[in-house]
Amino acid sequence: MKISEQWLREWVNPALTTEELAHQITMAGLEVDAIEPVAGVFSGVVVAEIVTAEQHPDADKLRVCTVNTGGGTVQIVCGAPNARAGLKTPLAQVGAVLPGDFRIKKAKLRGVESQGMLCAEQELGLSDANAGLMELPADAPVGTDLRSYLALDDHLIEIGLTPNRADCLSIAGIAREVGLLNALPVSAIGCDPVPATVEDTFSVRLEAPQGCPRYAGRIIKGIDISRPSPLWLQEKLRRCGLRSIDAVVDVTNYILLELGQPMHAFDLGKLQGGIVVRTARQGETLALLDGQSVNLRENTLVIADHSAPVAMAGIMGGDPTAVDDKTCDLFLESAFFTPDLLAGKARGYGLHTDSSHRFERGVDFRLQRRALERATRLLLDIVGGEAGPVTEVVDEPCLPLLPPVTLRRARIPRLLGFELPDTEVERILAGLGLIVVATEEGWTCEIPSWRFDISIEVDLLEELARVYGYNRLPVSHIRADLVIPARAEARLSIRDLRRHLGARGYREAITYSFIDPQMQRLFDPDTKAVALENPISADMAVMRSSLLPGLAAAVLRNSNRQQGRVRLFETGLRFIPGEAEGNVAGLRQEPTLAMIISGQRFAESWAVATAPADYFDLKGDLESLLGIGGAADKFSFRAAQHPALHPGQTAELIRNDKVVGILGALHPGVLAELDLVGPVFACEVDLAAVLEGELPRFSELSRFPEVRRDIAIVVDKTVAAATLLETVRNTAGAYLTELRLFDVYQGKGIDPERKSLAFGLTFRDQTRTLSDEVVNHAMDQVIDSLEKNYNAELRN
Amino acid sequence: MENLNSLAEEAKAAIKAATDSATLEQLRVDFLGKKGRLTELLKGLGKLSAEERPAAGAKINVVKQELQGLIAERKTALESSALAEKLAREAIDVTLPGRGQSTGGIHPVTRTIERMEDFFGAVGFDVVEGPEIEDDYHNFEALNIPAHHPARAMHDTFYVDPTTVLRTHTSPVQVRVMESEAPPLRIICPGRVYRCDSDLTHTPMFHQVEGLLIDEHSTFADLKGLIEDFLRVFFERDLEVRFRPSYFPFTEPSAEVDMQCVNCGGKGCRVCSQTGWLEVMGCGMVHPRVLEHCGIDAERFTGFAFGMGVERLAMLRYGVNDLRLFFENDLRFLEQF
Repeated sequence: MKISEQWLREWVNPALTTEELAHQITMAGLEVDAIEPVAGVFSGVVVAEIVTAEQHPDADKLRVCTVNTGGGTVQIVCGAPNARAGLKTPLAQVGAVLPGDFRIKKAKLRGVESQGMLCAEQELGLSDANAGLMELPADAPVGTDLRSYLALDDHLIEIGLTPNRADCLSIAGIAREVGLLNALPVSAIGCDPVPATVEDTFSVRLEAPQGCPRYAGRIIKGIDISRPSPLWLQEKLRRCGLRSIDAVVDVTNYILLELGQPMHAFDLGKLQGGIVVRTARQGETLALLDGQSVNLRENTLVIADHSAPVAMAGIMGGDPTAVDDKTCDLFLESAFFTPDLLAGKARGYGLHTDSSHRFERGVDFRLQRRALERATRLLLDIVGGEAGPVTEVVDEPCLPLLPPVTLRRARIPRLLGFELPDTEVERILAGLGLIVVATEEGWTCEIPSWRFDISIEVDLLEELARVYGYNRLPVSHIRADLVIPARAEARLSIRDLRRHLGARGYREAITYSFIDPQMQRLFDPDTKAVALENPISADMAVMRSSLLPGLAAAVLRNSNRQQGRVRLFETGLRFIPGEAEGNVAGLRQEPTLAMIISGQRFAESWAVATAPADYFDLKGDLESLLGIGGAADKFSFRAAQHPALHPGQTAELIRNDKVVGILGALHPGVLAELDLVGPVFACEVDLAAVLEGELPRFSELSRFPEVRRDIAIVVDKTVAAATLLETVRNTAGAYLTELRLFDVYQGKGIDPERKSLAFGLTFRDQTRTLSDEVVNHAMDQVIDSLEKNYNAELRN
Repeated sequence: MENLNSLAEEAKAAIKAATDSATLEQLRVDFLGKKGRLTELLKGLGKLSAEERPAAGAKINVVKQELQGLIAERKTALESSALAEKLAREAIDVTLPGRGQSTGGIHPVTRTIERMEDFFGAVGFDVVEGPEIEDDYHNFEALNIPAHHPARAMHDTFYVDPTTVLRTHTSPVQVRVMESEAPPLRIICPGRVYRCDSDLTHTPMFHQVEGLLIDEHSTFADLKGLIEDFLRVFFERDLEVRFRPSYFPFTEPSAEVDMQCVNCGGKGCRVCSQTGWLEVMGCGMVHPRVLEHCGIDAERFTGFAFGMGVERLAMLRYGVNDLRLFFENDLRFLEQF
């Protein structure tokens, strides 16, 4: 909401500077977003009149004007299309300074002398209009300084109102606040009834009183629409961001700004029969004032005449019945539409108007008649004509109920933490327009018709705090019983994982939860991802079912910026259709951890050979992460397939026979699709599985020496190391304390279809030194089992 | 005895000239060994008379001890110079960079959230998380924002279907806690939130930390105290804080919290749009209707809630000047934290 400071001060004029005033209302909850002068900084500009305007001898588009400055005449060369004899317009005289420190000097334009410059609104910082000279009223006094003539030493105060403060969507409402804050009376404005001078009336019928419980209207006959609005009115509208259209539209806009009552004027001659306020019927359409035609929905409240809808109630008037330059009889509407019925309707048609903005938030439901009288008076003064009697139809039961609200004295310290003297409570509430009656426990307040937002006790408490001043309220510290919260020791915190990965060289990434549907399909074609109805862009349209697409995109982004070595991880939810307990919309929203690496294994250094990272770098990092909770042995890996991963370099992570993660190299096809230089390795795991650790359990340290035996075996290439390790572990007996796979070899000296693996086994007993026989026996068992089950040969 | 003297002189010269421990050992064998020349002299004592023997023996023994001492001395000298040489050979450039994985780290948003969790955790707030795809009820209705309420326009909601949204704030997590647990409650809810808005100062996803306290004696004064404390510890500066009346459907009274600009200290600069103040968070006393929706007796219990944008606070804390950097995951950005 933009208001003119001068206009506000006509209503209430506290002894505060502009900045102080802005601060005061900001701290009362009417946040001032901006203060701007209503005109640019300029001087030396006067009201002037063009006496003659002749064609420039050497330029088609220029005119040579004789201009009366009040102190004489000067010659001005001007290019504006509306430069014509008789026009009153601002003249920047020689020596004038215009906005931007633009100094006006004598000049020659195409050989003709020009002693100053005639101005458009834009050149004076008044508006963006620059199509022609600013046209001043015919009665503008020539020679007067323009700033004082237009009273331009004024500010535009822009207030960002919260949706609950509909009562401040007008000069009158803001003046009421300012009056209360400064304990000053607010000027009353003339809303005296304008007596009818003709008998003409137009019938009004309310068929949807729950949407429109009050409708006031009257006829004004015989107006002269050609008469423009007076300067003061045009200026007030201009400063609030509205352009002057014609006097009738201007007056309705003026009332909207001044009192907060949206009004509408129909051309009476274009209305049929009478006004009916009803909901739209199926198939009805309406051509709106803004030029578009809409198909009305049946729940839409309309103003109709006896043949068709003529306005969308409280939102916008219709074009066919609008006032135009031939209009001589008016029907003026001042109605109340209920917020509940209007809420969301304008938006449903893609509309948002000054009128709908106010009705949706709540207009004072006792204001309609006063607004109508005020508008009538202004119109009669400007365009003349004869007013008929006011027709006001009211459905009392459908008017909003604002039941009295009780305020208990004890609740003030209870909620606000301080005592406010009764007199101060009463002063504040009465100042807001409430009728306050003291009771034993506190007060009962009648709520004025403009405060839709006050319906319960806490609303009054807020008003007290707000007007008294939040910053004057005391400050204290919270108190509570100190209880040590329970913490499961075996459960890791996500912070542990982050720190661990940080220490292993990973940077945490945060990628968007909505991704490109193409990326989604590339990485997880089997899941029908959750799509947004209204995505912000086509490439952020579905909710990720995996964190991998986002991380892959981050790798790409970095490699495009010459960051070839990337190690990233991310934690967050992935969204997978499927039921889960206590969750929303048939969706599993799973906390997930993903990691991705690409480029060199180590940062370039004298100390390490350059080598690209491979699958086992990532796997090592993942294993190390799985180890921090002490539950590493609960996890296992097995070869697997994944649509976005290399078929020969992909593993599943298993815990308790359940797949809890995937790990592998991005598929060359995916790399090509992403325009990414590989190899890139990534993994994604259920966070819940990783966070579940094990409590440490002590076992006795042996005093006896350990025995180590190494074996190398040759098996078929296809036999998984994990299987062999498991076999060794299961057959080596109870004394095996450690098992290492310390060499893997394929190549010269070995059948190309076979591979060699070397294991180191460490044995130790708690109660004795192990004899050779015992260890040999264990080794025989191991070798035997490997030979039998995996066609293994011992290698010398 | 001429013999002894020249032998001693010869031995001394040879010991002195020895340049390695092998030569020295050989000298020891040659002179002092079982068949060594000095040993031979001792053996020759038997040929002397009983009167001469003790004096001659003593002389030889003096020489023997002297040579032994010289050999040991020379040996130590040779060893220590050999060690010194070895150590010199083994010297490295200790200023060369070390080997191993580079250091990674956490995202500034996470870092900021963790600090917030720590501050509030220290005064008994539990961290609670919840779903990001929410139903309309928890995101709006339960928070006193019915359908078509003008406040919904403040939220620019992403819809999955007409009754399912991407949560626009983390308040629904608070609702879920209030529904399932009895007061007193002290929780904070960090997490991702979504609004359909994207420009220089808005990203369609960002992070919030919201807090909720409900008990039998909490007041607006407590809220003010907690927020002031938090901002002071968060920024590690004692900047003026002010509370400005505002409106949120789920709190009443509601306030916007402004803090003196961390960049200019309140004088006015680009960061604070020349106002000297920064809007840093919203807060208020929990609306009784919200309590009632969750089955909490609003007569007996009062409480307050607050919420802040993590990116905004991180930007102010670390001087980041472009919001969008948080989600570009450019390593040159991430590596600064």
